[in-house]
Amino acid sequence: MRSETLLSCDEVSRQLAEAVDGPLSLDPDARRHVETCLGCQAEAAGDRRLRRALRGLRHELSEPVPGLLDDVLAALGTGADRRSGRLALHRRRAAYVGGIAAATAAGVGGAVVLAGRTRRRLPLAG
Amino acid sequence: MAGSNPPTSDEIANLVTEARGGDRGAFDALVRHTYLETYTLAYRLTGDEEDARDVVQESYLRAYRGLRRFRGDAQFSTWLYRITANCASTELGRRARHRHDDLDDDLPEATWRGTSGPESAVDNVALRERLEEALGALPPRLRAVVVLRDVYDLPHDAIAAELGISVSAAKVRLHRARRRLRQDLFLAPVEADGVMDAEGARAV
Repeated sequence: MRSETLLSCDEVSRQLAEAVDGPLSLDPDARRHVETCLGCQAEAAGDRRLRRALRGLRHELSEPVPGLLDDVLAALGTGADRRSGRLALHRRRAAYVGGIAAATAAGVGGAVVLAGRTRRRLPLAG
Repeated sequence: MAGSNPPTSDEIANLVTEARGGDRGAFDALVRHTYLETYTLAYRLTGDEEDARDVVQESYLRAYRGLRRFRGDAQFSTWLYRITANCASTELGRRARHRHDDLDDDLPEATWRGTSGPESAVDNVALRERLEEALGALPPRLRAVVVLRDVYDLPHDAIAAELGISVSAAKVRLHRARRRLRQDLFLAPVEADGVMDAEGARAV
């Protein structure tokens, strides 16, 4: 049985769907409509009951597939090893580049020193 | 963890802090505490055990890699639900491409007739079983929204973000999903009776 109030049942139904707290959070016109419309009352009651039942599922746990936990931990181990491997590689590369840079700097430094000595020796040689 | 007391929110928060500091053991402990719930959500979203297994693995890998981005202003479980929803959405998209699953959420509805109404006496256990069945019968796109909103209490914008849809599309799907569930749970199909009546008439 549908009400002949200003708001249509479809509009109330849409509002019911969006009302986070159920019929209590409907606007006053929609609430008045529900109070006088048996169809919408049934829908609101069904909606309340459905949401309550759905909330109740939150703590119902499914039986997991065998070996799930081991699989997850193993996958994490692989992922973590790969990450730490990449990190080690980056570090090795950094050390290698740093070594080359240090060696180059040492070489350049040595050359400068030698050149300086050579320059100092030249007048003596002359 | 199965068979032990669930950890308090403080214990979870401490484990998250330790895991963010690089403690793999702490992250493993988080997995042990939460994997059943994560699996349950993944299974509810995908409706398939093996797909759920893949989703759980991918979810924890993403969580591990993204742990530094978890700011701690939300609950760890909520953060994990969002990651799981996102992974499941990806998995469902992949499955739809490969298996041509029916993703139509506008399936024709049977004509329904009220039984003794929503307040008819069904005990909670029976209702839960029928609800799980009804959820399993929903098209995946509708199921995802109603599970995330009404079971796991995620806000509309989070659901929309993780499923890659607009907020208004999420609300429309929620409305359709609830309507289908109400029909499945609280109303009986007229067609079944109609067939029986016709057969009965023929027999007479």
